[in-house]
Amino acid sequence: MLSVDDLHHVYAAGQVVTQSVSFDVHAGEIVSIVGPSGCGKTTLLKALAGLLAPTAGVIRFQGEVIRGVPEGFAMVFQEYGRSLLPWNTVHDNVELPLRYRPLSAAERGERVKHSLAAVGLSGLGERYPWQLSGGMQQRVAIARAIACQPKLLLMDEPFASVDAQTRADLEDLVATVRDQFQITIVVVTHDIDEAVYLSDRIVVLSKSPSTVLDIVATGLPRPRDQITTKALPQFVEKRSAIAHLIRRPVIAAASDGACTSE
Amino acid sequence: MSAAHTNGGRFTNWMADTMQSLSIRYALGLALIVLWQYAATRAGSIFFPTPVEILGRTRELWLSGPPSRLFLGTGVFQDVFPSLFRLLAGWALAVMIGVPLGMAIGRSRTVSDLANPTLQFLRAIPGPALIPVFIILLGTETTMRVTLIAFGSVWPILLNTIEGTRTVDPVQLETARAYRLPRHAQLWRIVLPSAMPKIFAGVRVSLSLAVILMVVSELVASTNGIGYRIQNAQIMFLLTDMWCGIVLLALLGYALNWLFLKVEYHVLRWHRGARGQTARS
Repeated sequence: MLSVDDLHHVYAAGQVVTQSVSFDVHAGEIVSIVGPSGCGKTTLLKALAGLLAPTAGVIRFQGEVIRGVPEGFAMVFQEYGRSLLPWNTVHDNVELPLRYRPLSAAERGERVKHSLAAVGLSGLGERYPWQLSGGMQQRVAIARAIACQPKLLLMDEPFASVDAQTRADLEDLVATVRDQFQITIVVVTHDIDEAVYLSDRIVVLSKSPSTVLDIVATGLPRPRDQITTKALPQFVEKRSAIAHLIRRPVIAAASDGACTSE
Repeated sequence: MSAAHTNGGRFTNWMADTMQSLSIRYALGLALIVLWQYAATRAGSIFFPTPVEILGRTRELWLSGPPSRLFLGTGVFQDVFPSLFRLLAGWALAVMIGVPLGMAIGRSRTVSDLANPTLQFLRAIPGPALIPVFIILLGTETTMRVTLIAFGSVWPILLNTIEGTRTVDPVQLETARAYRLPRHAQLWRIVLPSAMPKIFAGVRVSLSLAVILMVVSELVASTNGIGYRIQNAQIMFLLTDMWCGIVLLALLGYALNWLFLKVEYHVLRWHRGARGQTARS
């Protein structure tokens, strides 16, 4: 569905962010991208989203080379508080992208209602984002994404700014959304636990200039559960394997302060 | 019963609070008027009529009409309405020019580079200095006065709109791109609302500038308007009439600002809410 082929990204200053990154995402998968902080995960995700043209390499979505944001994409940002528009109500925030698609007002209303219900925010449409907690705001952002009925959902550190309990709820919500709407999901995260718990496969990146260290299939059964899944020997094993992969280069790079902003 | 009691208590409290804040807010003003009355009476100078005299004359001038005209005197139709029309037309023109132009300059590097030197140059010209030019080009009718008001009051709107549209949150713009909002929607639904608090601040400053320019424009080659009436009264030595015009201007400015704040309160409700939330967390 999505294929990344020999992707390079170099910032104008000559700073190499990604160096030869290649991987595929299959339809219906949840794929996480993990790596040490500053390894260019966000840059990579923006390139996948078509928000950023890579210096070299090709990204294809359903066989088509990506130039600009393709149709059928939706994105959830880490900064939910800034990604939602404070002058619009929750309802209007979710509806905004739909206004510029060939949909009638009734269809739009139906989709907004349905999406808000899917993220557990029925009846809060008339509130403003800033009247909601961080976790609820991120639910609004997820509702906005699924209202577009995307084929691919990209999430950039989506739960990095919420508390642990909310984070667990939102992780489970992502799995539910995937099952309910048959969306392929790519999540960037720095949290290995989260990556293993959420994903079918995990792309592990090295420190910058980053390459793919490994692509790990979790093979964990679904539906997953915050307590029982995380207690499985397989979960623990995958988590340590990835942690080892990531940690080694980080320690080697301890004296190397060069990092990209994330 | 207890609920009713609490409500009653709350209402009494509210009344008391309101009375207190009102009395604090207007105490100084009232004291000054009383002092003015006292000083003017004692001085007995024809240059300084007492507030009571001014009020009486104001009634004769502007509030002596028939009930069918809501008691508005002919002076209102001759002078106040034309003045108000010029003021609002010039101000509206300033908004209609300042906001779109400011958005274009704020969002486009090219337009900014192109327009900036010229604008900085034009901005340095004091509006009233252009009255002779405007009279030659536009005559001495309403068009000239409206143009002057618009020219003089457009600057705060323009500069604030530029500033506001330049500082849009990049995450909001990226969200718009990620959701494939067309360019016009990015401007209309993201850039404009996000710049609105700054635009409103500019528009409010420009409102008081517009009042000043309205008066200035009416002091030159005019046949009606509040400014004309004040000047005419001075020439004819009708000093109470002159003061009436000045008091009327003060009241007008006050009322317009009050109305403006009411509108702003509603339009920028989200802004106060969002800012309050950030301040708390």
